[in-house]
Amino acid sequence: MAPRLREVKEHSAERALASAPDPLAPATAASVRGLSRTFGDRTVLDRLDLDIAAGEFIALIGRSGSGKSTLLRALAGLDQEVTGQLAVAGPVSVAFQEPRLVPWKKVLANVALGLRVSDPQASARNALDEVGLGERASAWPVTLSGGEAQRASLARALVREPRLLLLDEPFSALDALTRITMHRLVLSLWARHQPAVLLVTHDVDEALALADRVLVLGEGRITHSSPIALPRPRDRDHPDLVALRLRLLTELGVPAGETD
Amino acid sequence: MPETAETGLIVRHPAALTAAAPSSDAAVGTAARPPGRRRRNRHWYRLVSPVAVVGLWQAASSTGILPASKLVSPASIAHTAYTLMVTNSPTYGTLQESLLVSCERWAAGFTLGIAIAVLLAVATGLSRIGEAIADPILQALRSIPLLGLIPLFIVWFGIGELPKVLFVLLSALFPMYLNTFAGIRGVDSKLGELGQVLGLRRGEMIRHIVLPGALPQALTGLQLSVISSLLALVVGEQINATSGLGFMITQAQQFLNNSVIMVALIVYAILGLFLNGAVRLLERKALAWRHDFGK
Repeated sequence: MAPRLREVKEHSAERALASAPDPLAPATAASVRGLSRTFGDRTVLDRLDLDIAAGEFIALIGRSGSGKSTLLRALAGLDQEVTGQLAVAGPVSVAFQEPRLVPWKKVLANVALGLRVSDPQASARNALDEVGLGERASAWPVTLSGGEAQRASLARALVREPRLLLLDEPFSALDALTRITMHRLVLSLWARHQPAVLLVTHDVDEALALADRVLVLGEGRITHSSPIALPRPRDRDHPDLVALRLRLLTELGVPAGETD
Repeated sequence: MPETAETGLIVRHPAALTAAAPSSDAAVGTAARPPGRRRRNRHWYRLVSPVAVVGLWQAASSTGILPASKLVSPASIAHTAYTLMVTNSPTYGTLQESLLVSCERWAAGFTLGIAIAVLLAVATGLSRIGEAIADPILQALRSIPLLGLIPLFIVWFGIGELPKVLFVLLSALFPMYLNTFAGIRGVDSKLGELGQVLGLRRGEMIRHIVLPGALPQALTGLQLSVISSLLALVVGEQINATSGLGFMITQAQQFLNNSVIMVALIVYAILGLFLNGAVRLLERKALAWRHDFGK
């Protein structure tokens, strides 16, 4: 067996903000080499390589159980059991599938939680204004709708000015209309703040609408990579996208004519 | 410090979560609560059956169906209560004086018991070492029936105030300890991860995530502690008391005065209701985030 290189990753947003020496070239947001993760005797990530350029919007799709979330958790520093090399440009922010708002903190306090700037409240307020949630700043999370909660979660991720923003299926629980609004919001925030984005999703259309590059994860590795150069907002019936959709669905093992 | 210190925060039991921290999505529908007016109506309704029971009781006493030697009538209990308040008899003292003594005993024991319980629960809940040291002892102690300790307490601590206060203290300690400990261990592991992603330091994690997350169950423990400590008060006070409600009861027993015993029991009951109400109020204030109270 080849010797495994194990690194405990230096990733926490706190350390990153404290201007840690950056091992990456400035144009790279994350670089992954030979990343593996096993659960028992099941290999979920198998010597995976991935580079994310600064400011790049990547969508990662794959069947459920393909290891999408495992990869995201490794990048977020939440998985201490991965082996391989992992370099991530901090700060890193995560928006989870469930918004994970701390229920006993009002929306503003949720956004400001752990924020190490001179005036966390003011920054948090700005971030909430940016996602259109300014007037819900003093609401309890329990009173927010699903879409509002996700916007608060996005504000909390963005207020840390991340160089890498990890989105773990954040829109999958939202209704179709809210999801479209959220797509627009994410694109406008991305354009303004220019973080690199890794969006994990099982929704091929979402990937096609948003990403610069769509990756397919299968068998523990990136099995397919398609750049999309079309300007946004994109027409989902554009011939390039129609062709790519078919291609991606085939990659995912969904026969033509069948969609979820 | 071991390397695991940072991740050693015990936020690993996702199952216990639902009760402690409802996910915001799931709880959206429950945000609306009945308005105040409906609640007051409901409270008013709740008085009907107790009042009816007291009425029937009085009727049974007045008609002689219920002999006064077994159970005195509500009217005569009220009269006894009034007499006990306005006269300072050498046998019983005054009711308010006795109540005050009992309240002092309870408050001293309860406050100390809760304080110790919280300190212990935080120590054992947050550190594996603390748990290894303290939890086995506490688990062993809590399985001893406290009431069975009374004879030993008399041997150890005599018949003064100390055994009574200690008795209340111990009975308040265990429910609070067990629930606070479980609350700390049951904090949503997903929120622990969130804290990690947000770069919270250990102290911040404890202050912002772990302790508030444990609060709902700690308050349940507080409620149970109120109940069990009042029970301990009633029993403990009758050990050779020379003052307090328990003393009134022992005296009345000797003089076969059921009426005084009833008064003392009713005062205990009122005390219990009052303290329970106080905990509920505290709960509603402290857990405002669960509903849409307290905006």
